[in-house]
Formats: sequence, structure tokens, C-alpha cells
Amino acid sequence: MTHPGETSAEALSVHALTSAAKDVLEGGIPKLWVHGEVSGFKAYPSGHWYFTLKDAEAQVQAVVWKGSTFRIRPRPEDGQQVRAFGQLTVWPTSGKMQFAVTAMEADGEGLWQKRFDETRARLEKDGLLDPARKRALPRLPRTVAVITSSEGAALRDVIAVVRRRHPGVHVAVLPAVVQGEAAPASLLAALERLRRWVAGEAEWAGEALPVPEVLIIGRGGGSREDLWCFNDEAVARAIAACPVPTISAVGHETDVTIADLVADLRAATPSVAAEHAVPVREELRAFVDQLAGMMADGLQDRVETGRREVERRADALAQRAQLLVQRRRARADRLAQRLAGQGPRAVERQRGRLETLGATLEARSPLAVFARGFAVARGADGATLARRSAFTIGTAFDLLVQDGRVRARTESVEADAPHLRSDR
Amino acid sequence: MTFEQTLARLEQIAASLDRDDLPLEEALTLFEEGIARLREASAQLADADGKVRTLIEQAGGVFEVRE
Repeated sequence: MTHPGETSAEALSVHALTSAAKDVLEGGIPKLWVHGEVSGFKAYPSGHWYFTLKDAEAQVQAVVWKGSTFRIRPRPEDGQQVRAFGQLTVWPTSGKMQFAVTAMEADGEGLWQKRFDETRARLEKDGLLDPARKRALPRLPRTVAVITSSEGAALRDVIAVVRRRHPGVHVAVLPAVVQGEAAPASLLAALERLRRWVAGEAEWAGEALPVPEVLIIGRGGGSREDLWCFNDEAVARAIAACPVPTISAVGHETDVTIADLVADLRAATPSVAAEHAVPVREELRAFVDQLAGMMADGLQDRVETGRREVERRADALAQRAQLLVQRRRARADRLAQRLAGQGPRAVERQRGRLETLGATLEARSPLAVFARGFAVARGADGATLARRSAFTIGTAFDLLVQDGRVRARTESVEADAPHLRSDR
Repeated sequence: MTFEQTLARLEQIAASLDRDDLPLEEALTLFEEGIARLREASAQLADADGKVRTLIEQAGGVFEVRE
């Protein structure tokens, strides 16, 4: 029984040796879990990760090939106790034994959970998770900013929902890488652009949209690794500092990320986020109509109150007036009764008195004297010529008779007259 | 005025008009303002030209929106 390299003449190449060792190791030790501490972690520009996995007595070189790193989030750190799943092998070129890791988790609690909790604790300490920080969303934003992949279903969903609910709202897409190593920096750059836009610091080529009043940040569903960038602490702090209210929409209902914790509102999916961001136009119209109704009712009530007040006062006035009239009428009635009580006889007597009075007055009237045939002589100066001495021979005078005036002249003046007694 | 501000003012006016102690003269003035604000709000709701644009940052930090 011989084997390769048994004799000097059959000496193997170094490569054949290390390749043989590789086969033996891979054949003899299946893929398995190893626990230990991470040390000397280094991510190379090529995309591969190298580190040492060690415990108190031993150590082994470990590698995560580029193709596997995306499954491990977050990156391991030096000093971390981990459980790594992989294949022990020999890298033929270097001849070194190494453990090729394809999966990893924190020892004890999951690596994810541990990092998640640490980040969360730091943000909480800074007050960024305080519910009092949560801002209200605008009822109708003119523009909705969306930070997500320009290729993803998330963006299509958001646009479709916004269009359906309110066709007057603008959507400003700030594209970002939302998975893999480049994602955190890309998300941060997009958030910074939004900040500059809202702050008015940006210089524009061409016409801009109205300034966004709300931000939707997120992506569609994916593996836990895919969503990891939304657990990045710097991204979370930038979301918390966003100048407009934020809605996070990462993955599915069950995926909760750090971004969800700091956002003003967490939506289960991008579609739901869009529903929160934009109201249904018809509902808003109905609300405005309702306000119009409230205003009209309010004014009508106010006018009605005023009218009732006027009526109340008018009623009070009318009642007082009526009372007054009633009192007066009562007095008038009493007076009339008193008069009536004196009887018709008294009235007759009064009438008799009046007639006597009238006759007396008539008798004394000068007109009555004329009627009886007397006349009055009146001089040019209007004085009554009552005696002989008032007459001068030849002068004219007026004789006033019952129905007129007679012009006369004095012929003679005599003492002897038939109406005088002879002894006078 | 943003739609938000218009709506907030409308709500304020509606609440004021609901008060009985508001002098009638003032109520009428408020109502007139309310009508004007309602017109604004309706006009804002009538917009139907919502656009979808992508923000591009050019070299030198100049912003531009593209379809």
C-alpha cells in the first residue's frame, strides 16, 4: 500500500499537500457551530471580512467571504462573544487553516438583538425615543418626500396610494440605497439633502417642487439582513433630526427597526405610510364642508339668540304699555260712571241754564237794539253822538241802522222830543 | 397661507361662532372671514396637478428635480 509522496521520487507539490489537507479537513469535519470571541476584525475593500476566533486556550483564523457578509448584520466587533457557523478548511495558497463562516450570531442573546438593544439604549438616553417628541403629521402636505430605492416596489406603492387619495399632492423622490454596506451612508446623504431643501440652503437648477412637509422613509420587505441599515444609529439620529415629520415604513408588519422607533409615526408598510401622509381628498372636502356648516349654524344660532333677546324686550315693553292703558282706561271709566251717575235731569237743568244765559246775552247785544228799530249816530271820528251837545249844525254824521249806514247832516238841534217826558 | 393654517383658522372661527357671548357684530365679521377662508381651502383642494419628481444633486451641490 503506497500513497502519494511516500518516496522521495514521488514528492508532492506544496499545492497538492495543502489541497490534500483541505480535502481531509472538509471531509473529516462537517460544517458546524463554534463559539468564541471575535478579535482583530477587519473588513477588506474586496468585501471579505477577516478576524480571529479565539478562547482562552486557542485561536483560529476566520473569514467571511464577500458573498456571505450580507447575511451577517450587524458586523461583528472585537471582543464580542459569538457563535459562528462554517466550514473548517485550508486555504491552499497560504497553507493556513481557516474557518469559513457563513452565519453568525451573538452568544447568548442574538447578535442582532444585542446591537439593536445597545443602539436603542443610547437613543433612549438622549431622549430621542420620548413619545412627547412625536410630531403631528400635516393634514394636507403639498409635497411628500420619499427616501427609498428608486427601483423598489415601495416607491411604486407610495406613488400609487398618493395619486389615488389626492391627485394634487406632489411626490419628491430622494433615491437611496436601502440594503447592503452602502445603505447607511446613502440614507444619510438623502436625509441631508432633505434637510438642506427644507432649510432653504439648496441652490436650484430649474424649478423646484413646493417644500416637502412630510417624509416617508423605508423599503419593502426583505430579510433581516436586508433591513439592517434602518437599525443604523447615525441614520436613526438623522431621522430624529429631520425638519419635517417622518413616517417610517420598513419591511412588513412584524419588522421593527430603530428607524421605526425614532420616526414620528411607524407604518407597517410603504402603502400604509402613504395613507397616513396624504388624506383622501373627498374626506377633506367633507370636513371643510362640515366646518362651513358649523360656521353657518353658529352664526344662525347667534342671530337667533339676538332675535329672541329683542323679542323678549319687546314683549316686556308691550306688557308694560298694556298695563298703562288698562289703568288709564279704568280711570276714564270711573269718570264716565260718575258723570252718568248724575243723571239726565242734571244735564237738562244745565241746558236750561245755558239757554237763559244765551237769551240774556242776546238781549244785551247792540244788534238786538237795532232789531227793535233803534239807530245810533256816530261822528266822523267814530264816537257815538249820544247827546244834543255832540251835534253841530251843518256837520255830517253816520246813522247806524239795523241793516246798514245812513249818511246824515245836522239841520237843527232841539231840546223838545217825543220820547222825553215834558217835565224833563 | 398653507392648507394647514387655513384649516386651523377655520376651526377657530367655527368654535368662536358657537359661543353665545360673542357680540353679533363680531360674529358677522368672523363669518365673513370664514367664508373667505373656506374659498381658499376649497381652491387648495381643487388642485389636481400633483407631480412625481426625483431629486438629483448635481456636482457642486446644485439641486434639480427630474421626472
